[in-house]
Amino acid sequence: MIKVKINGQEQSWDGDPSLLLLWYLRDELGLTGSKYGCGQALCGACTVMVDKEAARACITAVSDVAGREVTTIEGLHPTGDHPVQKAWRQVNVPQCGFCQAGQIMQAAALLDQNPKPSHDQIRDAMSGNICRCGCYQRIENAVHLASTGV
Amino acid sequence: MSIIENSALGKSTSRRGFERHLKVENVSRRAILQTLGLAGGFVLAAPLLSRQAFAAYETGAGKMPHGTVVDPKVFVSIAPDGIVSILAHRSEMGTGVRTSLPLIVAEEMEADWSRVRVVQAPGDEVKFGNQDTDGSRSTRHYLLPMRQIGALARAMLEAAAAKRWGVPASEVKAVNHEVVHSASGRRAGFGELAADAASQPAPAIETVQLKSPKDFRYLGKGQVSIVDLHDITVGKARYGADVRLPGMKYAVIARPPVTGGKLKSFDPADALKVPGVEQVIEVKGWPWPSKFQPLGGVAVIARNTGAAIKGRDALKIEWDDGANAAYDSVAYRAELEAAARQPGLVVRQEGDADAALKSADKVITGEYYLPHFAHASMEPPVAVADVKSDKAEIWAPVQSPGGTREDVAKTLQIPPENVTVNVTLLGGGFGRKSKCDFALEAALLSKTLGAPVKVQWTRDDDLHHDFLHTVSVERIEAGLDKSGKVVAWRHRSVAPTILSTFAAGADHAAPFELGMGLVDMPFEIANIQCENPAAKAMTRIGWFRSVSNIPRAFAVQSMVGEIANATGRDQKDMLIELIGSPRIVKLGSVKDLWNYGEPYESYPIDTGRLRRVVEFVAEKGNWSRKVAKGRGLGIAAHRSFVSYIATIVEVEVDDKGKLTVHQVDTAIDCGVFVNPERIASQLEGAAIMGLSLAKYGEISFKNGRVQQRNFDDFQVVRIDEAPLITNVHIVPADADTPPSGVGEPGVPPFAPALANAIFAATGKRLRALPIGNQLAI
Ligand code: FES
Ligand code: FES
Repeated sequence: MIKVKINGQEQSWDGDPSLLLLWYLRDELGLTGSKYGCGQALCGACTVMVDKEAARACITAVSDVAGREVTTIEGLHPTGDHPVQKAWRQVNVPQCGFCQAGQIMQAAALLDQNPKPSHDQIRDAMSGNICRCGCYQRIENAVHLASTGV
Repeated sequence: MSIIENSALGKSTSRRGFERHLKVENVSRRAILQTLGLAGGFVLAAPLLSRQAFAAYETGAGKMPHGTVVDPKVFVSIAPDGIVSILAHRSEMGTGVRTSLPLIVAEEMEADWSRVRVVQAPGDEVKFGNQDTDGSRSTRHYLLPMRQIGALARAMLEAAAAKRWGVPASEVKAVNHEVVHSASGRRAGFGELAADAASQPAPAIETVQLKSPKDFRYLGKGQVSIVDLHDITVGKARYGADVRLPGMKYAVIARPPVTGGKLKSFDPADALKVPGVEQVIEVKGWPWPSKFQPLGGVAVIARNTGAAIKGRDALKIEWDDGANAAYDSVAYRAELEAAARQPGLVVRQEGDADAALKSADKVITGEYYLPHFAHASMEPPVAVADVKSDKAEIWAPVQSPGGTREDVAKTLQIPPENVTVNVTLLGGGFGRKSKCDFALEAALLSKTLGAPVKVQWTRDDDLHHDFLHTVSVERIEAGLDKSGKVVAWRHRSVAPTILSTFAAGADHAAPFELGMGLVDMPFEIANIQCENPAAKAMTRIGWFRSVSNIPRAFAVQSMVGEIANATGRDQKDMLIELIGSPRIVKLGSVKDLWNYGEPYESYPIDTGRLRRVVEFVAEKGNWSRKVAKGRGLGIAAHRSFVSYIATIVEVEVDDKGKLTVHQVDTAIDCGVFVNPERIASQLEGAAIMGLSLAKYGEISFKNGRVQQRNFDDFQVVRIDEAPLITNVHIVPADADTPPSGVGEPGVPPFAPALANAIFAATGKRLRALPIGNQLAI
């Protein structure tokens, strides 16, 4: 039995401990905000926070997060008003939106560690997150906006 | 107008349907209420109206399967509390159409957008008209019908209020969600009036006035965000992959690695040992080509996707590869090149290009190669199906809900009326999700298992079993006279055709492919010949955002750069000279000029507009600026999806061959427009997609198998290599210039503008994509 806290709630899992966190979240818990885009830590669509650090849920086993705290897009802010979320809306970042949960979680983790990232630091930190629709200019602007106050 | 009039495939202008059969049925009011989820609400009643009533301009909308439906009772309902529900009948894949089309209705009916709810329509083209969200057609075909729907709804509300107050209808006016009688100061909200409005006789559409554009509150303003914005930022937006049903099983499928291959045998033992795996079953496949029917293979059914993927990894399968096992991209390229060096089927001929090339003072030849591209939408194909006896319900991110409904019906051999296709948000589409094979797989599996099933494609499934963008060689010979004027132009375009996905052996381009940048090439040159040598397909070919315009624009616009260089001219001046005088291009020698399915009278090839968009981008993007050493500017212009686009790219190539894109300026003339903010986002995205395909795009085959499997060996542009600045400039349009495409036209000019810029920076002419390591020194 693995115990893990997800978005502040205690969960326990007695299935396959090597089940990947992404599928545990999406299929077993119904937290579908985190997305599947590649399954190999190449695209960032599945990004969550594990103890405040960005992690790719698609290569993280449930057993890896035993006793730890996982935050998904659904738990980032109680009313969805994290500065990053607000900035995303202000800048009208999304096109299809499928990558955006991962982008937002990555950006939130970045600002947590580095509240005033430079242009290059933003581009570097966000480079693991693909947006096939090509919203990059707005992503960069939105991270910048979130870091300067929304 | 038709894409393949004289072929055995049937007729259609649609990207999908080649056989369309749907019974027309009457729509019951109850059914509409259910659709809108508004029991107790009120639905406006109006007769079904003629399809092009009081059209200010003709479009090809009426010729699409099932045409358009201009009927407020179908698209609008008003609840007693005043909430107005408007149907979105097209699919949202990132263009903003789920917002833009309802916004047009709201504008005309004077609804307050904050009191409008958008409701996604299921697949039902009899009721809603054509739903194929492709071809950059939604605004182009629906701006006027949506305005008409809104205007009719407004007129009915006004009539209801006038009757209630006993005043002439001409004295009342709908303003911001209520109807006002200014003489008496009386007013009534839309919610109060809805019931009366529905009992009013419907006005004749000719008597209804459209709003004057100067009174627009929303259209053309760009201040309304997409309706799903909040949900997307909090993880609540529901895509195909996010659908969950009670008792739903999770499936992944191992499919034949070679197109046309078959399952020989399989051993499920190890897969069944994986915790969470429940069953392993064979999936029916259709022989290639079969339009969008499933490829077949072996499905692993599990309690979650992770277990299903692990189970599939443990399967032992033997395949019978079939003839396409010989598909090898290196050898195939050589075949295409050989074909392009021989005369081919002549598809356009003006003057005598052969003779003029022979007598030319100088001939410049460019042979360009563009590989297969993959759609790689961020959300790989996925679908949920629940099939119970002779009824099927599908939830899927499809661009073609109507076509999906028909294909599911045919595949399960049940009537289309028994199939419900619920359209989720699409995590990107780019043409891939116009082909519903993934939904058919889910339907077949659900039927076999007697339970709801989700079929999830992994990224390698997506790259291995795409309907790929074609692969092509474009060879252009330009003959110049002594003064440097281009007097002859021969363009041979050779590429496997999309028709090969529908009919075995199809080896020449369809009119809709020829019409994307080959026969509609707008330059003013005395002797022009376009040819289309045969090419045999060896994998599934399909529509990819901008389609054949990508290779054609790359070749034609790179050639402009080559001629400019050979004659010592400025690229932009050369481009303007070749476009020639402002005129309507006459293409008398072209049989079946496709023109994107649009009547030529409304949407001619207007070189005045093409020149203007070039001048516009040159001015706004400061074409005449000097750039530092190691940097270069490139320009390209292209008409596609009946819009005019020009792009300037500034690049830097350092001494190690590293490419940086400093700035992109794109100008579009898309006629009258609805949401400039979304136009900008589409063109920003098109620059990224253009850069991705130019830098990395290739899908290649060896032994019949796709060699790329994920975002490590199939790379796309990431944020750290994105252009530092992308500016979008929209050419202001008169209200009476018909609207034209936006989603696709941004892609084609990007790669040639980039190649021209790289040439300006380095003197290196790129004639093959992807760039890969061609710039490495
Ligand atoms: S799905 Fe995890 S990084 Fe792509
Ligand atoms: S918004 Fe579509 S992938 Fe990023």
